[in-house]
Amino acid sequence: MFKQKNYLALGAVVFVAVVLLSLPTRATSRLKLAVGSWFLPLFGVANAGQQLPADLADSVLPRRELLKQIDSLRRENQQLKEQQIQTTAVARENDQLRNLLGWQKQAPWKLKLANVVMRDPANWWRTIQIDLGSRDGIQTNQPVLTDAGLVGRVSTVSYVSAQVVLIGDPDCRVSALVENSTHDMGILSASGPLDNSLVQMNYLSSSANLKPGQNVLTSGFGGVFPKGIPIGKIVSAQTIEYGLATEASVKLDANLGALEQVWVLFK
Amino acid sequence: MNLFKPALILSFAFLAVFGEATLSAPHSLLGAQVDLLPALMVYAALNADIVTLSLLAVLGGMWFDSLSANPLGVTILPLMVAGFPIYLRRDLILRDTPFAQFMLGAAASALVPALTVLLLLNGGKEPLLGWGSLWQWLVMTAGGAAATPIIFSLAEWFGHALGYKLRTEASFREDREIHRGKKAK
Repeated sequence: MFKQKNYLALGAVVFVAVVLLSLPTRATSRLKLAVGSWFLPLFGVANAGQQLPADLADSVLPRRELLKQIDSLRRENQQLKEQQIQTTAVARENDQLRNLLGWQKQAPWKLKLANVVMRDPANWWRTIQIDLGSRDGIQTNQPVLTDAGLVGRVSTVSYVSAQVVLIGDPDCRVSALVENSTHDMGILSASGPLDNSLVQMNYLSSSANLKPGQNVLTSGFGGVFPKGIPIGKIVSAQTIEYGLATEASVKLDANLGALEQVWVLFK
Repeated sequence: MNLFKPALILSFAFLAVFGEATLSAPHSLLGAQVDLLPALMVYAALNADIVTLSLLAVLGGMWFDSLSANPLGVTILPLMVAGFPIYLRRDLILRDTPFAQFMLGAAASALVPALTVLLLLNGGKEPLLGWGSLWQWLVMTAGGAAATPIIFSLAEWFGHALGYKLRTEASFREDREIHRGKKAK
């Protein structure tokens, strides 16, 4: 009788696991978001806890230091305003030239700042959770970046949070081009589980003219990432498959191991 | 029914999953995140009933998968596979010795990620694997092994601090008292 109870419990656990694994994808993702939302109060507490030392440090900062910072920020603000005037003039000129050539106008990027609230606890995925969700207008496949470069894309969205799959995860492949004379194109994919600053660039032609230090940008193909977002720099390249193709290692510009805030790009 | 122990185990599992998702220090220092659920399964298998063990496997697995890119439910079976044989043989295990706890924690912490990855591969998923995964597996095994005796000590401490005290029989009984000498009047 005692043993029978044990095996009944085992059977029940196996049954629950099999049912969960065989649910349709839509139902699973909804259930996953519902279960994940149990952690939301804890994330709120953790964020407040992280903010507390910064607030304390701000409150004890000397007045002289604050005035110094204000002065430096004013100067930076002035420089940025001047840069913005120049950029607006260049953009206007660009639009006029595009009009003359009959090309389509480029829509400016709209960005929304998000806080990284969590990382994937499993070692075999590279994902993060951000504190923006469908209530903020977030949708799947929106590009996510930092001021350094591309980070990944939104994979699933709940009402208050979203999961971002990072470059280097097998689920996030990016069509990229190298900033050189031949504009060599390839696909960025995962490299290894330990070093998250390096990714592999595959499907490059055998005649690709790659040199260390060349910039890698998004190509705009594939429909997910707009053209021209910086990704990283070529570290090394070697021919593979008996010289039929080239493969390169790319060091990412964004530090994926220390993400705290990211920008979600609205097209 | 005393629900203190199941509540303690499940609360600890919930906090452990939350900690694994928010603390990035182990990953940046060691290259891998240590999973505490297998160690907790060992504790539950040796100290709790089968219902608590099953609940821990189901809820712990679901919590872990909900914060990860894993398909929901994929971690449940590996956790149960790690805990159930220990539960069946728990009368033969020296559960109070830290060495036994350490070895069982190591075995469970090695088994759970390996089985999860096998299930993922079997389900057509492409987890991020390479030679570095061996290092991550070793870190997870060693981390889980080291965490198991700590979990046992913590749970014992919580049990003493918050749980019910055992009712002990007093050895003194008035009706059995033997009076020696003359009764005082």
